[in-house]
Amino acid sequence: MTEAGLTMLNRTADGVARATPEPLARKVRGISDTGLAWLFISPTIMLLLAINIFPLFWAIYLSFTNYRANRPNEVVRNVGLANYKRILGDQDIWIAMQTTAHFVFWTILLQTLIGFTLAWLIDRKFRGHAFWTTIILVPMMLSPAVVGNFWRFLYEPQIGLFAYAISFVTGIPATQIGMLSNVSLAPWSIVIVDTWMWTPYVMLICLAGLRSIPEYIYEAAEVDRASNWRQFWSITLPMALPFIMLAVLFRGIENFKMFDMVNLLTGGGPGSTTEVASITLKRQAFESWRTGYSSAFAIILFVAVFGLANIYVKALNKVKQR
Amino acid sequence: MSLTQTAKRKSRWPRALRRGLMENIATAIIAIGFLMLFQPFALPLYTYSFITMLAGTAMFIIVSKFPE
Repeated sequence: MTEAGLTMLNRTADGVARATPEPLARKVRGISDTGLAWLFISPTIMLLLAINIFPLFWAIYLSFTNYRANRPNEVVRNVGLANYKRILGDQDIWIAMQTTAHFVFWTILLQTLIGFTLAWLIDRKFRGHAFWTTIILVPMMLSPAVVGNFWRFLYEPQIGLFAYAISFVTGIPATQIGMLSNVSLAPWSIVIVDTWMWTPYVMLICLAGLRSIPEYIYEAAEVDRASNWRQFWSITLPMALPFIMLAVLFRGIENFKMFDMVNLLTGGGPGSTTEVASITLKRQAFESWRTGYSSAFAIILFVAVFGLANIYVKALNKVKQR
Repeated sequence: MSLTQTAKRKSRWPRALRRGLMENIATAIIAIGFLMLFQPFALPLYTYSFITMLAGTAMFIIVSKFPE
């Protein structure tokens, strides 16, 4: 900064100090560094408490009541663990959990396999790799609402490109390929869309992992005459593993809460074949208006995701320590 | 007592309650609860999955504060 600039800054600071009322100035002078730090972060903490922590505790409270959001004037009665008992004995919710597990397992498996393969190929740094990286990342940048509507059209048996392509390859008439209306195909249609949309995200994390491996390790392996296969299993995969696990953790947590795509594509149908836990939760909360019951269900899902996150963080630390 | 001697002093914390071991047990309980919640074989397993997961998670939070 120039001399003139510094003088102007000092003059401004003096002006501000003179304009500050004496009692306030005395108070500020008396605050310690820690106190000042707390003063600055307290608005953020207050906001966090208001929008994250308070709703969580409120949901825990509601889960023990018979509260219905559409009957605000009704007396709220404490029902103890009745909501939890009902949910954990309900066969329909058990089936919704299995549908969720099926959906999470296949999406994560496909996204990890395809994402890592793409990252490995992009890491070869062939001509135009930056362009292809950008192209591959496009689905991830779209809004789930747009993707849902877009794939609804693609899956249309009459006019959809997807049905046309399948028909072209297999010879089955396009009108018979009802991806969203067929009981056995509908769950897979959601798996395909989620994989299409989120594989680039997994690829990006894996690419970061692959780029962080120092080149000299491969050079040392070359000197030791390690084959490409051996280098992949002994260097690439173990060193990229923490990143792969991070991607699996993020996608696993996100997919357990998956709602928008399922709601837009199938709405839980045909029948209840694609009714994942979040769709059941929404139906109980906003169609049946069983707020207390759905709060209990939300808490069960929260504990499942929280437990899963603990396991993954532990596994991640273990891999990092190696 | 010198600083080195203080560092070498044996911890009075029981060996069976070391953090690593207890964390592994808590993780196993969470994993069992998780499998029970999503398994398609027996409804009673699903019924007791939440309490298993909750116990595992609470245990994990507590034992992660234990000394190594």
